[in-house]
Amino acid sequence: MKKAEEFLSIFKKGEEFTKSLLKENERLRYRIAQLEEALRQSTNEARIKLYEEKIQILEEELRSLKERFREVEEENKNFAQRYIEVEEENNNLANLYVASYQLHSTLDYSEVIKIVIEIIINLIGAEKFAVMIIDEKTNELVPEAAEGINIDEIPRIHLGEGIIGRVAKEGESYFADSLLHPEEIDPYNPLVCIPLKIKEHVIGVIVIYSFLIQKRAFSNVDYELFNLLAGHAATAIFSSRLYTQSERKLTTIQSFLDLLKEKPKR
Amino acid sequence: MPNILVVEDSPTMRQLISFAMRRLPNANVIEATDGVDALKKLSEGRKIDIILADINMPVMDGLKLVSLVRGNPEYKDIPIIIITTEGAEEDRRRAMEIGANAFLAKPIQTQELLNTVKKHLGLL
Repeated sequence: MKKAEEFLSIFKKGEEFTKSLLKENERLRYRIAQLEEALRQSTNEARIKLYEEKIQILEEELRSLKERFREVEEENKNFAQRYIEVEEENNNLANLYVASYQLHSTLDYSEVIKIVIEIIINLIGAEKFAVMIIDEKTNELVPEAAEGINIDEIPRIHLGEGIIGRVAKEGESYFADSLLHPEEIDPYNPLVCIPLKIKEHVIGVIVIYSFLIQKRAFSNVDYELFNLLAGHAATAIFSSRLYTQSERKLTTIQSFLDLLKEKPKR
Repeated sequence: MPNILVVEDSPTMRQLISFAMRRLPNANVIEATDGVDALKKLSEGRKIDIILADINMPVMDGLKLVSLVRGNPEYKDIPIIIITTEGAEEDRRRAMEIGANAFLAKPIQTQELLNTVKKHLGLL
Protein backbone atom coordinates (compact mmCIF):
# COMPACT_ATOMS: atom_id res chain seq x y z
CA MET A 1 0.00 0.00 0.00
CA LYS A 2 2.78 2.32 0.89
CA LYS A 3 4.54 1.48 -2.34
CA ALA A 4 1.42 2.26 -4.25
CA GLU A 5 1.12 5.62 -2.58
CA GLU A 6 4.81 6.28 -3.28
CA PHE A 7 4.30 5.29 -6.92
CA LEU A 8 1.24 7.52 -7.14
CA SER A 9 3.16 10.38 -5.57
CA ILE A 10 6.04 9.87 -8.00
CA PHE A 11 3.60 9.57 -10.88
CA LYS A 12 1.89 12.85 -9.83
CA LYS A 13 5.25 14.56 -9.57
CA GLY A 14 6.08 13.13 -12.96
CA GLU A 15 2.77 14.41 -14.27
CA GLU A 16 3.39 17.85 -12.81
CA PHE A 17 6.90 17.85 -14.16
CA THR A 18 5.63 16.83 -17.57
CA LYS A 19 2.95 19.52 -17.45
CA SER A 20 5.51 22.13 -16.46
CA LEU A 21 7.76 20.86 -19.25
CA LEU A 22 4.90 21.15 -21.72
CA LYS A 23 4.08 24.63 -20.45
CA GLU A 24 7.71 25.66 -20.69
CA ASN A 25 7.84 24.15 -24.16
CA GLU A 26 4.80 26.11 -25.16
CA ARG A 27 6.25 29.30 -23.69
CA LEU A 28 9.51 28.72 -25.53
CA ARG A 29 7.70 28.01 -28.79
CA TYR A 30 5.78 31.21 -28.36
CA ARG A 31 9.02 33.06 -27.62
CA ILE A 32 10.68 31.54 -30.69
CA ALA A 33 7.73 32.59 -32.79
CA GLN A 34 7.98 36.09 -31.30
CA LEU A 35 11.70 36.23 -32.03
CA GLU A 36 11.23 34.87 -35.52
CA GLU A 37 8.60 37.50 -36.19
CA ALA A 38 10.87 40.21 -34.76
CA LEU A 39 13.76 38.91 -36.82
CA ARG A 40 11.64 38.80 -39.97
CA GLN A 41 10.43 42.30 -39.36
CA SER A 42 13.92 43.59 -38.74
CA THR A 43 15.15 41.82 -41.91
CA ASN A 44 12.32 43.36 -43.95
CA GLU A 45 13.09 46.82 -42.62
CA ALA A 46 16.75 46.34 -43.43
CA ARG A 47 15.84 45.13 -46.88
CA ILE A 48 13.45 47.99 -47.41
CA LYS A 49 16.14 50.39 -46.31
CA LEU A 50 18.59 48.71 -48.64
CA TYR A 51 16.11 48.82 -51.49
CA GLU A 52 15.32 52.43 -50.78
CA GLU A 53 19.00 53.23 -50.93
CA LYS A 54 19.32 51.27 -54.15
CA ILE A 55 16.29 53.05 -55.61
CA GLN A 56 17.83 56.37 -54.64
CA ILE A 57 21.10 55.43 -56.34
CA LEU A 58 19.25 54.19 -59.41
CA GLU A 59 17.12 57.32 -59.53
CA GLU A 60 20.30 59.36 -59.31
CA GLU A 61 21.82 57.32 -62.12
CA LEU A 62 18.64 57.68 -64.14
CA ARG A 63 18.67 61.42 -63.62
CA SER A 64 22.32 61.60 -64.61
CA LEU A 65 21.69 59.36 -67.67
CA LYS A 66 18.72 61.49 -68.68
CA GLU A 67 20.90 64.56 -68.32
CA ARG A 68 23.66 62.91 -70.39
CA PHE A 69 21.07 61.80 -72.94
CA ARG A 70 19.84 65.37 -73.22
CA GLU A 71 23.42 66.58 -73.63
CA VAL A 72 24.17 63.93 -76.27
CA GLU A 73 20.91 64.74 -78.03
CA GLU A 74 21.87 68.40 -78.02
CA GLU A 75 25.37 67.52 -79.28
CA ASN A 76 23.79 65.37 -82.00
CA LYS A 77 21.58 68.25 -83.06
CA ASN A 78 24.63 70.51 -83.15
CA PHE A 79 26.58 67.93 -85.16
CA ALA A 80 23.64 67.48 -87.55
CA GLN A 81 23.41 71.22 -87.97
CA ARG A 82 27.17 71.46 -88.42
CA TYR A 83 27.05 68.61 -90.94
CA ILE A 84 24.42 70.48 -92.95
CA GLU A 85 26.55 73.63 -92.79
CA VAL A 86 29.68 71.74 -93.87
CA GLU A 87 27.74 70.10 -96.71
CA GLU A 88 26.45 73.49 -97.79
CA GLU A 89 29.96 74.91 -97.56
CA ASN A 90 31.24 71.97 -99.65
CA ASN A 91 28.56 72.57 -102.25
CA ASN A 92 29.36 76.27 -102.35
CA LEU A 93 33.08 75.57 -102.66
CA ALA A 94 32.35 73.11 -105.47
CA ASN A 95 30.36 75.81 -107.27
CA LEU A 96 33.16 78.32 -106.80
CA TYR A 97 35.77 75.78 -107.88
CA VAL A 98 33.86 74.93 -111.06
CA ALA A 99 33.24 78.60 -111.85
CA SER A 100 36.89 79.49 -111.27
CA TYR A 101 38.12 76.41 -113.20
CA GLN A 102 35.92 77.25 -116.17
CA LEU A 103 36.91 80.93 -116.18
CA HIS A 104 40.59 80.05 -116.43
CA SER A 105 40.13 77.09 -118.77
CA THR A 106 40.64 79.11 -121.94
CA LEU A 107 42.44 82.13 -123.35
CA ASP A 108 39.88 82.66 -126.07
CA TYR A 109 38.14 85.99 -125.38
CA SER A 110 34.74 85.02 -126.77
CA GLU A 111 34.82 81.72 -124.85
CA VAL A 112 35.64 83.55 -121.61
CA ILE A 113 32.68 85.88 -122.16
CA LYS A 114 30.50 82.83 -122.87
CA ILE A 115 31.64 81.20 -119.63
CA VAL A 116 30.94 84.39 -117.65
CA ILE A 117 27.43 84.38 -119.11
CA GLU A 118 26.97 80.69 -118.25
CA ILE A 119 28.02 81.32 -114.67
CA ILE A 120 25.68 84.27 -114.31
CA ILE A 121 22.73 82.28 -115.70
CA ASN A 122 23.34 78.86 -114.21
CA LEU A 123 25.01 79.56 -110.92
CA ILE A 124 23.56 82.93 -109.98
CA GLY A 125 20.20 82.60 -111.71
CA ALA A 126 20.13 85.88 -113.62
CA GLU A 127 17.67 86.26 -116.48
CA LYS A 128 18.50 89.61 -118.09
CA PHE A 129 21.97 90.99 -117.77
CA ALA A 130 24.94 92.48 -119.57
CA VAL A 131 28.71 92.49 -119.38
CA MET A 132 30.14 95.95 -120.00
CA ILE A 133 33.81 96.72 -120.54
CA ILE A 134 35.49 100.10 -120.07
CA ASP A 135 36.74 101.73 -123.24
CA GLU A 136 39.97 103.34 -121.98
CA LYS A 137 39.96 105.88 -124.82
CA THR A 138 36.51 107.31 -124.14
CA ASN A 139 36.19 106.40 -120.45
CA GLU A 140 32.86 104.80 -121.23
CA LEU A 141 31.33 101.47 -120.30
CA VAL A 142 30.56 99.64 -123.54
CA PRO A 143 28.17 96.63 -123.62
CA GLU A 144 30.22 93.58 -124.63
CA ALA A 145 27.62 90.85 -124.22
CA ALA A 146 24.03 90.61 -123.11
CA GLU A 147 21.57 87.86 -122.27
CA GLY A 148 17.77 88.14 -122.20
CA ILE A 149 18.00 91.71 -123.44
CA ASN A 150 19.00 93.15 -126.79
CA ILE A 151 22.56 94.46 -126.60
CA ASP A 152 21.53 97.50 -128.65
CA GLU A 153 19.12 98.50 -125.86
CA ILE A 154 21.98 98.92 -123.43
CA PRO A 155 23.48 102.39 -123.61
CA ARG A 156 27.14 103.33 -123.28
CA ILE A 157 27.64 104.83 -119.85
CA HIS A 158 30.26 107.32 -118.71
CA LEU A 159 32.30 106.51 -115.61
CA GLY A 160 30.53 107.99 -112.58
CA GLU A 161 27.21 108.29 -114.41
CA GLY A 162 24.26 106.76 -112.52
CA ILE A 163 24.44 103.49 -110.58
CA ILE A 164 26.43 101.61 -113.23
CA GLY A 165 28.91 104.42 -113.87
CA ARG A 166 29.42 104.89 -110.13
CA VAL A 167 30.13 101.17 -109.59
CA ALA A 168 32.71 101.28 -112.37
CA LYS A 169 34.29 104.43 -110.97
CA GLU A 170 34.30 103.50 -107.28
CA GLY A 171 34.72 99.73 -107.59
CA GLU A 172 32.01 98.93 -105.04
CA SER A 173 29.25 96.44 -105.84
CA TYR A 174 25.63 97.59 -105.91
CA PHE A 175 22.68 95.51 -104.74
CA ALA A 176 19.08 96.72 -104.93
CA ASP A 177 17.01 96.38 -101.78
CA SER A 178 14.84 93.59 -103.15
CA LEU A 179 14.88 91.08 -105.97
CA LEU A 180 11.42 92.04 -107.26
CA HIS A 181 10.97 90.90 -110.82
CA PRO A 182 10.51 94.14 -112.76
CA GLU A 183 7.92 94.33 -115.53
CA GLU A 184 10.16 96.53 -117.66
CA ILE A 185 13.90 96.93 -117.68
CA ASP A 186 15.45 100.31 -117.10
CA PRO A 187 18.99 99.99 -118.49
CA TYR A 188 20.23 102.62 -116.05
CA ASN A 189 18.71 100.98 -112.94
CA PRO A 190 19.92 97.41 -112.46
CA LEU A 191 19.17 95.10 -109.54
CA VAL A 192 22.83 94.22 -109.19
CA CYS A 193 26.01 95.76 -110.55
CA ILE A 194 29.36 94.10 -109.92
CA PRO A 195 32.67 95.73 -110.83
CA LEU A 196 35.17 93.55 -112.69
CA LYS A 197 38.39 94.38 -110.86
CA ILE A 198 42.02 93.45 -111.18
CA LYS A 199 43.29 94.52 -107.78
CA GLU A 200 41.85 98.04 -107.59
CA HIS A 201 41.69 98.60 -111.34
CA VAL A 202 38.14 98.28 -112.71
CA ILE A 203 38.00 96.93 -116.27
CA GLY A 204 34.23 96.63 -116.57
CA VAL A 205 30.99 95.68 -114.84
CA ILE A 206 28.39 92.94 -114.77
CA VAL A 207 24.93 94.49 -114.78
CA ILE A 208 21.96 92.32 -113.78
CA TYR A 209 18.49 93.67 -114.59
CA SER A 210 16.34 90.70 -113.59
CA PHE A 211 16.58 87.23 -112.13
CA LEU A 212 14.89 83.94 -113.03
CA ILE A 213 11.34 83.76 -111.69
CA GLN A 214 12.28 81.10 -109.15
CA LYS A 215 15.09 83.21 -107.70
CA ARG A 216 13.60 85.03 -104.75
CA ALA A 217 16.60 86.01 -102.64
CA PHE A 218 20.38 85.95 -102.55
CA SER A 219 22.11 83.12 -100.73
CA ASN A 220 25.58 83.26 -99.20
CA VAL A 221 27.09 81.53 -102.20
CA ASP A 222 25.66 84.23 -104.48
CA TYR A 223 27.78 86.86 -102.75
CA GLU A 224 30.80 84.52 -102.96
CA LEU A 225 30.12 84.10 -106.67
CA PHE A 226 29.80 87.84 -107.14
CA ASN A 227 33.16 88.26 -105.41
CA LEU A 228 34.66 85.52 -107.53
CA LEU A 229 33.31 87.07 -110.70
CA ALA A 230 34.59 90.49 -109.66
CA GLY A 231 38.13 89.13 -109.45
CA HIS A 232 38.47 85.99 -111.55
CA ALA A 233 36.21 87.02 -114.42
CA ALA A 234 38.10 90.31 -114.65
CA THR A 235 41.45 88.53 -114.83
CA ALA A 236 40.14 85.98 -117.32
CA ILE A 237 38.57 88.65 -119.55
CA PHE A 238 41.62 90.89 -119.37
CA SER A 239 44.20 88.18 -120.06
CA SER A 240 42.16 86.56 -122.84
CA ARG A 241 41.68 89.96 -124.48
CA LEU A 242 45.43 90.61 -124.32
CA TYR A 243 46.14 87.12 -125.63
CA THR A 244 43.67 87.47 -128.48
CA GLN A 245 45.11 90.90 -129.37
CA SER A 246 48.68 89.59 -129.26
CA GLU A 247 47.68 86.58 -131.36
CA ARG A 248 46.16 88.94 -133.91
CA LYS A 249 49.29 91.10 -133.92
CA LEU A 250 51.47 88.04 -134.21
CA THR A 251 49.47 86.87 -137.23
CA THR A 252 49.81 90.33 -138.83
CA ILE A 253 53.56 90.45 -138.17
CA GLN A 254 53.92 86.92 -139.49
CA SER A 255 52.07 87.92 -142.66
CA PHE A 256 54.43 90.89 -143.10
CA LEU A 257 57.43 88.67 -142.55
CA ASP A 258 56.09 86.18 -145.08
CA LEU A 259 55.61 89.03 -147.54
CA LEU A 260 59.17 90.27 -146.97
CA LYS A 261 60.56 86.77 -147.38
CA GLU A 262 58.83 86.33 -150.71
CA LYS A 263 61.17 86.76 -153.60
CA PRO A 264 60.41 89.82 -155.71
CA LYS A 265 58.82 88.87 -159.02
CA ARG A 266 60.64 89.91 -162.09
CA MET B 1 27.77 51.44 -108.82
CA PRO B 2 25.12 53.75 -110.31
CA ASN B 3 25.75 55.01 -113.84
CA ILE B 4 24.53 58.60 -114.07
CA LEU B 5 24.06 60.24 -117.46
CA VAL B 6 24.40 64.04 -117.32
CA VAL B 7 23.01 65.74 -120.43
CA GLU B 8 23.89 69.44 -120.53
CA ASP B 9 25.30 71.68 -123.26
CA SER B 10 26.90 74.19 -120.89
CA PRO B 11 30.37 72.92 -119.87
CA THR B 12 30.11 74.85 -116.60
CA MET B 13 26.82 73.27 -115.62
CA ARG B 14 27.94 69.87 -116.86
CA GLN B 15 31.04 70.03 -114.71
CA LEU B 16 29.07 71.32 -111.74
CA ILE B 17 26.47 68.54 -111.93
CA SER B 18 29.10 65.86 -112.56
CA PHE B 19 31.11 67.20 -109.62
CA ALA B 20 28.06 66.90 -107.39
CA MET B 21 27.18 63.42 -108.66
CA ARG B 22 30.68 62.11 -107.98
CA ARG B 23 29.97 62.69 -104.32
CA LEU B 24 27.51 59.80 -104.39
CA PRO B 25 29.14 56.53 -103.34
CA ASN B 26 30.76 54.73 -106.30
CA ALA B 27 28.89 56.87 -108.82
CA ASN B 28 30.04 56.70 -112.41
CA VAL B 29 29.19 59.85 -114.35
CA ILE B 30 28.77 59.82 -118.12
CA GLU B 31 28.49 63.20 -119.82
CA ALA B 32 26.56 64.13 -122.96
CA THR B 33 26.33 67.54 -124.60
CA ASP B 34 22.80 67.24 -126.05
CA GLY B 35 19.91 64.83 -126.63
CA VAL B 36 21.48 63.09 -129.61
CA ASP B 37 24.75 62.59 -127.76
CA ALA B 38 22.72 61.21 -124.80
CA LEU B 39 20.96 58.66 -127.04
CA LYS B 40 24.35 57.64 -128.39
CA LYS B 41 25.68 57.13 -124.86
CA LEU B 42 22.55 55.13 -123.97
CA SER B 43 23.06 52.85 -126.95
CA GLU B 44 26.63 52.03 -125.99
CA GLY B 45 25.38 49.10 -123.92
CA ARG B 46 26.17 50.43 -120.48
CA LYS B 47 23.22 50.23 -118.07
CA ILE B 48 22.23 53.80 -117.20
CA ASP B 49 20.55 54.14 -113.80
CA ILE B 50 19.43 57.76 -114.01
CA ILE B 51 19.45 60.66 -116.50
CA LEU B 52 19.84 64.32 -115.55
CA ALA B 53 18.97 66.54 -118.49
CA ASP B 54 18.72 70.21 -119.30
CA ILE B 55 15.77 71.38 -121.44
CA ASN B 56 17.38 74.03 -123.64
CA MET B 57 20.08 72.32 -125.66
CA PRO B 58 21.13 72.48 -129.29
CA VAL B 59 20.54 69.60 -131.74
CA MET B 60 18.00 67.86 -129.49
CA ASP B 61 16.43 69.42 -126.41
CA GLY B 62 15.71 67.74 -123.11
CA LEU B 63 11.97 67.32 -123.61
CA LYS B 64 12.47 65.52 -126.93
CA LEU B 65 15.04 63.31 -125.21
CA VAL B 66 12.55 62.45 -122.44
CA SER B 67 9.83 61.47 -124.94
CA LEU B 68 12.26 59.33 -126.96
CA VAL B 69 13.58 57.59 -123.86
CA ARG B 70 10.04 56.92 -122.62
CA GLY B 71 9.10 55.57 -126.03
CA ASN B 72 11.93 53.03 -126.05
CA PRO B 73 11.08 49.78 -124.19
CA GLU B 74 14.74 49.32 -123.34
CA TYR B 75 15.14 52.67 -121.56
CA LYS B 76 11.57 53.58 -120.59
CA ASP B 77 12.05 52.86 -116.89
CA ILE B 78 15.17 54.99 -116.40
CA PRO B 79 14.38 57.86 -114.01
CA ILE B 80 14.85 61.27 -115.64
CA ILE B 81 15.45 64.50 -113.74
CA ILE B 82 15.02 67.74 -115.65
CA ILE B 83 17.27 70.64 -114.63
CA THR B 84 16.45 73.91 -116.31
CA THR B 85 16.30 77.67 -116.10
CA GLU B 86 12.58 77.50 -116.94
CA GLY B 87 11.08 77.71 -113.49
CA ALA B 88 7.42 78.36 -114.27
CA GLU B 89 4.79 75.87 -113.10
CA GLU B 90 3.70 75.36 -116.70
CA ASP B 91 7.21 74.18 -117.68
CA ARG B 92 7.26 71.83 -114.72
CA ARG B 93 3.87 70.37 -115.65
CA ARG B 94 4.89 69.92 -119.27
CA ALA B 95 8.08 68.09 -118.31
CA MET B 96 6.22 65.81 -115.91
CA GLU B 97 3.49 65.11 -118.46
CA ILE B 98 5.94 63.79 -121.02
CA GLY B 99 7.49 61.47 -118.45
CA ALA B 100 10.14 63.26 -116.40
CA ASN B 101 10.37 61.99 -112.82
CA ALA B 102 11.49 65.25 -111.24
CA PHE B 103 12.01 68.85 -112.20
CA LEU B 104 14.64 71.15 -110.69
CA ALA B 105 14.97 74.81 -111.56
CA LYS B 106 18.32 76.57 -111.94
CA PRO B 107 20.27 77.85 -110.18
CA ILE B 108 20.46 74.38 -108.72
CA GLN B 109 20.80 73.74 -105.03
CA THR B 110 23.37 70.93 -104.93
CA GLN B 111 21.91 69.30 -101.82
CA GLU B 112 18.43 69.28 -103.32
CA LEU B 113 19.83 67.76 -106.51
CA LEU B 114 21.73 65.07 -104.57
CA ASN B 115 18.66 64.22 -102.50
CA THR B 116 16.46 63.97 -105.60
CA VAL B 117 18.96 61.70 -107.34
CA LYS B 118 19.37 59.55 -104.22
CA LYS B 119 15.60 59.24 -103.92
CA HIS B 120 15.23 58.01 -107.51
CA LEU B 121 18.18 55.65 -107.15
CA GLY B 122 16.61 54.20 -103.99
CA LEU B 123 19.48 55.41 -101.84
CA LEU B 124 17.31 57.39 -99.44
